[in-house]
Amino acid sequence: MTTFIPKRSLLGLFSTADGAADAVEGLQDQDFDDKDFEIMSGTPYPEGAFGEKTTNHRLYVFPFIGAALGFAVAILLTTATQVSYPLVTGGKPILSIPPMAIITYEGTMLGAIIFTVLGIIFESRLPRPKLGLYDERITAGYVGILVTTTEDRFKTAKEILTKAGAEDIKEGEPD
Amino acid sequence: MQERVHLTDKQINDDLLIGVETHPRWWFIAVGFLAIMVATAGGAFGYMINQGLGVTGLNRPVMWGFFITNFVFWVGISHAGVMISSILRLSQAEWRRPVTRAAEVLTIVALMTAMLFPLMHTGRPWRIMYWVFPYDFARGIWPNIRSPLVWDPSAIFTYLISASLFVFVALIPDLAVLRDRSTGPRKQIYGVLSLGWRGTPRQWRLQAIAGILLSALILPVFVSVHSIVSWDFGMTMAVSSWHSTIMAPYFVIGAVHSGVSAVVTVMILLRWAFKWEKYIRPEHLDGLGKLLVVVGTTWFYFFILEFLFGLYSQEAAEVSLRNLLIYQWPWNFMFFIFLATAFFIPIPMWLFRGVRRSVILMLLTSILVNIGMWLERFLIIVPGLTRKADFTFVWGTYRPSIIEIILVAASFAFVTLMILLFSKVFPLIPLFDQKEGKVLEATTRIGRRDVPSIVREE
Repeated sequence: MTTFIPKRSLLGLFSTADGAADAVEGLQDQDFDDKDFEIMSGTPYPEGAFGEKTTNHRLYVFPFIGAALGFAVAILLTTATQVSYPLVTGGKPILSIPPMAIITYEGTMLGAIIFTVLGIIFESRLPRPKLGLYDERITAGYVGILVTTTEDRFKTAKEILTKAGAEDIKEGEPD
Repeated sequence: MQERVHLTDKQINDDLLIGVETHPRWWFIAVGFLAIMVATAGGAFGYMINQGLGVTGLNRPVMWGFFITNFVFWVGISHAGVMISSILRLSQAEWRRPVTRAAEVLTIVALMTAMLFPLMHTGRPWRIMYWVFPYDFARGIWPNIRSPLVWDPSAIFTYLISASLFVFVALIPDLAVLRDRSTGPRKQIYGVLSLGWRGTPRQWRLQAIAGILLSALILPVFVSVHSIVSWDFGMTMAVSSWHSTIMAPYFVIGAVHSGVSAVVTVMILLRWAFKWEKYIRPEHLDGLGKLLVVVGTTWFYFFILEFLFGLYSQEAAEVSLRNLLIYQWPWNFMFFIFLATAFFIPIPMWLFRGVRRSVILMLLTSILVNIGMWLERFLIIVPGLTRKADFTFVWGTYRPSIIEIILVAASFAFVTLMILLFSKVFPLIPLFDQKEGKVLEATTRIGRRDVPSIVREE
């Protein structure tokens, strides 16, 4: 049986990327796990700018699945409509490959694109019904570091954020 | 050379959300005026439906006129967005940042407008479901997929859905900004639309990959769409001037020429309307001008090939069609205007840096290109039909009716109206892209000179 350990969250707001990077470094030095904190910004900083670890994703799988499905649906559609109303034109075969190729191409691309978008949303961990502990200043240029930790480490986390130059620290319950 | 302006994130938000958060009087006047034009077109359309297609200038043998010309024109304009957005993203062109969103929105609106015209042209738009979609399960009669007229909707729907999703994905971070700056029901709506975006490094990483991956996927669709539109003509054996293998690349590059010019027009109008001088700068117009020189010249090369191929074939119909375009009034007048406005005036002008960086000259020349490109479509479609062909039994000509003129004029009003309405709800310049550009800005000292530069990962 696992024991439920209550956790609390705190959000430090930094006006500079350097301050936020210092805070991340401080948290890592104090053995906070990557899952214990999250960085939030309104600007796309280069990957690893805050010293965070690179996360893996499987986005590249999605377009292939979508393309395969789109291809299958388009083949089904073009074949079924021609076979269902078999009108011979100019002695040519009922199943006319060149026009089928055009519609199949469009279907394949459409499937790939729709699934890529679904993949982007899924891999971005969206949609997220509740924002949780958040501050609207993040989209106005601040960088937020959200730490979710146990009560005994809460004070340490707060000290790290303060020492790194957090301009404001908000406390709250985790999602 | 770049004329950089240093801005904070808050300033960028304030400046670029001005269209959403403020309510200037000019916007309401413009929307009201455009809405009246669109409503007038609605009346004209209703009259046409009530009276039948006889109220248009269409008659044997010219059964494709202003509506189809306008359809091809707007499909061409729609090529701007994805062309600019995708190619510039993939090539990491820095000057793309203020251009992409407006170009993509222009794509969507132009496609929506384009799709209206074949519907009008049918005369019975309520029956389109039977003609295009595999819908009629009861009678077992299906759309004939061997017809290019069925390929068109499949390509255009694919392009429209793809472009809309492309815009939506790139809007998510900006929707989060709107969510954070709004109150009341607007906050709720933007909250739902932004999907709970918080801007974590993972989300930004996927956003960056999304831009590149979707660009790479949409580019082939973009090429296919105007190729397929061109096959409406190229695969028609009965009209000899249309039946040519060069149509697909000729149409695609022509579409890019008119589309990129339309983007220049829209960017300059946005710059004036929303006072975005700090964002849409002469360096951006310069970049677009250079791109247009390449695209316009390539298009002209294809035009010359298409024109000469017809002469080399020595077929009577082809030769006499060129005779018509060069020597016979009013076709020769339109042909002259088309060549002057689409190529001979703008392209030599864009060779000069001063012109490319002049807002007013770029506005005028970009409008000229689209006058020319509209005429080009008209001159491709109508003159070939005026001749008696193998399966027609009369000669004829075409004169558009007032109904057609109203509907075509209103299409321009409709596109402008939709862009203005979009600007009231969403930002037309991507906020996060501007902020990213600011983060990556640097100044490199080389010798005794400070050179503005951009930091980019290899």
